Amino acid sequence: MATDSDKDLQFRDPDTAEELTERLEELMDDIGEPVDVMHVCGSHEQAIAKFGLRSLLPDGLSVRMGPGCPVCVTNMPEVDEAVALAEDGKVVATYGDMFRVPGTARSLEDAKADGADVRVVYSASEAADIAAENPGEEVVFFATGFETTAAPTAAVLSDDPPENFSVLSAHKYVPPAMEVVAEMPDTNIDGFLAAGHAATITGYGLFEEFVADYDIPVVVGGFEPLDVLLGLERLLEYVRDGEAGLENAYPRAVSEEGNVQARDTMWDVFETESGEWRGIAEIPAANLALREEYAASDARERFDIDPDVGGEDPLTEQCICGDIMAGKADPDGCDLFGEECTPQNPVGACMVSSEGTCKIWYEYGGQPDL
Amino acid sequence: MCLAIPGEVVEIDGMEARAEFWDVEKTVRLDIVGETVEEGDYILNHAGFAIRKLPDDQVEETIEIYEAFLEGDEDEALEEIGAEGGDLGIERGPSTPGPMGKPDPELDPMADREETSDGD
Repeated sequence: MATDSDKDLQFRDPDTAEELTERLEELMDDIGEPVDVMHVCGSHEQAIAKFGLRSLLPDGLSVRMGPGCPVCVTNMPEVDEAVALAEDGKVVATYGDMFRVPGTARSLEDAKADGADVRVVYSASEAADIAAENPGEEVVFFATGFETTAAPTAAVLSDDPPENFSVLSAHKYVPPAMEVVAEMPDTNIDGFLAAGHAATITGYGLFEEFVADYDIPVVVGGFEPLDVLLGLERLLEYVRDGEAGLENAYPRAVSEEGNVQARDTMWDVFETESGEWRGIAEIPAANLALREEYAASDARERFDIDPDVGGEDPLTEQCICGDIMAGKADPDGCDLFGEECTPQNPVGACMVSSEGTCKIWYEYGGQPDL
Repeated sequence: MCLAIPGEVVEIDGMEARAEFWDVEKTVRLDIVGETVEEGDYILNHAGFAIRKLPDDQVEETIEIYEAFLEGDEDEALEEIGAEGGDLGIERGPSTPGPMGKPDPELDPMADREETSDGD
């Protein structure tokens, strides 16, 4: 399924970009009706926004951002759990973007301001190192992200971590979320641009069943501007031909089988369970929970976290991050956007993360045509 | 970020490698890379773990991609690999061009930032 069409691609060649955009226009002319494609990766959104790619797209072609921002889809009660652990005296280590994400009332940043020990780390192994260096403390790694970070978390847990180290898993698994979005009646997506680096772990072959079940094309794409244009070109070919095919337009990083060792490590440690993706839906088999064998390292098993942690914030009820990530709404459709909700004072996670659509819209000055 | 960053492995000690990203060296775990990695190989680093060894014939091409994507913004690239905090064990490499060939004398890997990675 992989093609050689991108093998010799000159990634900054404006002539190639022009050829690709002309090709997109030809394909849209052939199709003769509006096309909506969705990507499921915050880095795709960043590339599209940063390089102004939407301005190159032909009329009628809309590229929407799906639930591809791991920070954004972390559910508020999960943040509340981490805040509660921090306020209860545990050392909580987490990725930088999670630091400021609001729970129902408070963030880890708020907890730290009140004296809690919250550490920003960039890897799961760094969190385990903190535990090793502080044997008298309970160190909890608030673990977020998709396959690309779930596999490293699993690697740390399977490598005999310190006894005072545990994981509060908010890891999520992308493919079931794509199924939910594909089924949403208000979200008419004609094709998916799948996330390149998640597919580095899972392999693009994973999507064969999805393509067959939902009769929709999927192209795995990279993150350089011409990669994105190429991915769109491949998707439009399928749309024009009325075919639901699968293609790997990012072969330099993605293979059909993926990284088998990383994937095996991930599934040795985690199992899927149903869970809420913030503002989107309860999604079956899309949350990654620690298996029973790792209960001793599971913060939810080890600590008695109040299931009703977190207060109420009336503003959060107005936040439409869920609709935005499901491709149903744009940030300027939210009454809070740019007013009550800004990167400096975010209400929803979409305004916190560098991959969040709201923050990207805010930072790139405008309201790009999603 | 969903982005993984390519770096050149300069030293290996068991499951830990030192890899060079632009002009900064960083420790990268090799637990899940799934292939034998040797000094001189290029790996894709995501959140402190190598998730793929790049095929030799695609190393240059891949680096060009990131060079293009980042448009010379090494700060952004270093943020991707968590190489901006003084407490992260980051060491400045020699002042010779890194694998991107674009040393930035203004670059300060010790810059104080809150956000190092967002967990994808």
